Amino acid sequence: MLAKRTIPLIIAAMIGFLLIATYFIPYTEQWGATAMEMFIILAAAAMVLGAGNLIMLNLAKISNKQPGWAYGGITLLAFFITLVVGIFKIGALPTVTSPDNSWAAPLVSQEGVPFWWIYSFVYKPLTATMFAMLAFYIASAAFRAFRAKNLEAFLLLFTAFIVLLGQIYAGEWLTSFLPDLSSYVASFPEASQAFVQSIGTQIEYGNAFTSLVWEGVSIRDMTMEQQALAAQVSDHLNGWWYQFTNGLKLENLTQMILDVPQKAGNRAIMIGIALGIVSTSLKVLLGIDRSYLGSGD
Amino acid sequence: MTRALVVLLMLLCCTPVVVHAKAVTLAGPSDVVAEDVPDDVGQQVLVKWNLSPEDRVQAGGSRTLNGYAIYRKVVQTSMGLESGAETPAGPGELAFADDFDYEANQPVGTVPYSVSRFLDENVDGGVTYVYAVAATGPGGTYSPLSVADMPVTARMQYINQGKLWFLIIMLIISVVIVFFVFYAKHGGAIKVRPIAGLEAVSEAVGRATEMGKPVLFVPGILDINDIQTVAGITVLANVARTAAQYDAKLKVPTARSLVMTTARETVQAAYLGEGRPDAYNEDNIYYLTDEQFGYTAGVQGVMVREKPAACFYMGAFYAESLILAETANSIGAIQIAGTAMPSQLPFFVAACDYTLIGEEFFAASAYLSNDPEQLGSLKGQDVGKIIAAFLLVLGCLLATLAAVLPDAKPLHIADLYITNNVLGEDGLVPDPEKISMLEQLMERDQDAQPAIDEGDN
Repeated sequence: MLAKRTIPLIIAAMIGFLLIATYFIPYTEQWGATAMEMFIILAAAAMVLGAGNLIMLNLAKISNKQPGWAYGGITLLAFFITLVVGIFKIGALPTVTSPDNSWAAPLVSQEGVPFWWIYSFVYKPLTATMFAMLAFYIASAAFRAFRAKNLEAFLLLFTAFIVLLGQIYAGEWLTSFLPDLSSYVASFPEASQAFVQSIGTQIEYGNAFTSLVWEGVSIRDMTMEQQALAAQVSDHLNGWWYQFTNGLKLENLTQMILDVPQKAGNRAIMIGIALGIVSTSLKVLLGIDRSYLGSGD
Repeated sequence: MTRALVVLLMLLCCTPVVVHAKAVTLAGPSDVVAEDVPDDVGQQVLVKWNLSPEDRVQAGGSRTLNGYAIYRKVVQTSMGLESGAETPAGPGELAFADDFDYEANQPVGTVPYSVSRFLDENVDGGVTYVYAVAATGPGGTYSPLSVADMPVTARMQYINQGKLWFLIIMLIISVVIVFFVFYAKHGGAIKVRPIAGLEAVSEAVGRATEMGKPVLFVPGILDINDIQTVAGITVLANVARTAAQYDAKLKVPTARSLVMTTARETVQAAYLGEGRPDAYNEDNIYYLTDEQFGYTAGVQGVMVREKPAACFYMGAFYAESLILAETANSIGAIQIAGTAMPSQLPFFVAACDYTLIGEEFFAASAYLSNDPEQLGSLKGQDVGKIIAAFLLVLGCLLATLAAVLPDAKPLHIADLYITNNVLGEDGLVPDPEKISMLEQLMERDQDAQPAIDEGDN
């Protein structure tokens, strides 16, 4: 009981509180780094356990001719080939820094050596294949998720449709007839267009009227005509009609959905997660939740 | 003869000056400032300067400067500092000789052109240094040294001032959680709303038992040092108890060796607790691989071959979440997922029958165990949510009022304080520089407004 539960609990609590302290007390930062190094060493040592388990289970599977035993054979074959090629650095070439000692050579980065070959022509294509399958799974999941069974599902479908459209050129093209800054600039005489474009860009960027600048001259130092024109541009671009119609452009609508409801919902989830992490960590550190330690028997 | 001697003497006298002058041909940087980096162990000094006027691209696209070399000297004691400051050269020349030898003195660091700061990460705490910067050019040319006006002493801070507000909020929430844990332990009533995903755990395990198929539990792909994996393992303890009660076969493929050993201990304890040690088979909790997609392929293989009736995904997931959930969906398994990875939640929601979103996942252990101490922690989390909501409302209110009332200085300062101190890393005390900048901006706006109004008229 003492060895299996109490001592691990004390170690977990000590290291846990130490890692919290490293976040707030600069002096303990190095202790935290040491604790993490200890964990890495422990995890590396545990790899032996994992590898042993992998070999034993697959050998048993082959021996008992369990369903899919051939996959077990392939797994073991791949495991041992990679292990031997990696440990003995088969085919590794001498490097500039160690011309007489190919054992010091990096493995993966040496093009043409067996380990690089396994990495480039076996591991990478297999990983890429698995990742590529995700595209098909997304399509099938979206097909199910976007069936408009009820009002909520319809709203989800509609929102997703807008966001998808808003991220491609077709979406931009579909609502290109709605007013934007460039169409507004084009309505001015050519002599004023550069000024209106600059002022309009600053206003759309969210700059206050008092901080507008044209060619290094602030609004208060501009000529009366320029100030009047800037005020006209500001009134138009901040007016409800322009804001409403420009906001309906699919790319703007998409951005609004991502910036407002999506971000708000995401942040609410993040706050919940942060509180959950604090609570779970406290339960583990104070020993309230000991289920991860086993029975102690 | 005398004339020759005089000429020789003159040449001898001029030689060092000529060598020095040959090297020092560039315009130097200005306003060198060295500052102790705050909130560290006292081993860093930040040196900043204004770029040399020659630090620009010339007509042909070439540059006069290669970069800047940073030098430092130790000011031995406070006495030495005072005597150094009193040299005829003035305080600016403290600790650096007039005929400074650029070649003989090794710089503490160099930076390329256009860079106007250098972080010296190799200083000794408590030692006073004076810094100087010289521009460097092709052919070993230098600018005169620009010496920092003030020496600097790197000091260790006992607590990170920038994180004090975070510490305070965390302590308040922690104290509240501990309070409610003790409250529940001493018989206080705790009401927890039903969570559909957790209510379905026994239903899912029961279904697997009835169908004679295994239950598959996937504890994520991160190691045991990740809190999500720990939370997943605590849920596993409860799922294993239910599996032991129903005599269902529980399979747990893991992506980390340490997770495998932890999961074995946990499941064994659950079976022992339910009086079914004979039903426990450690071979059902096994290691596949650390590689993300290798692990995914392995779990997919288990799904397709053994066709589990119930699949649980509890832990940290990345791109494999949807691959796993869609594969299990194709074999008709009932699926319950729980994760705190916001990017993977939509995939689980779309593909699984039940999803524990964020905090529900962390609450699962308490909910399933029905242990009063653990349930008390959920109440503490609720108080944390109230604090977060209060700060949100206050922040929104202040930001809105500050926008509507541009002249209300206290509102702007309060808004600035919440943004930079409470939520940022400025510590407890407001940064005077930021307040001064805010005041200047407000004054500028106030000055500009009448002029603009006149322009309108």
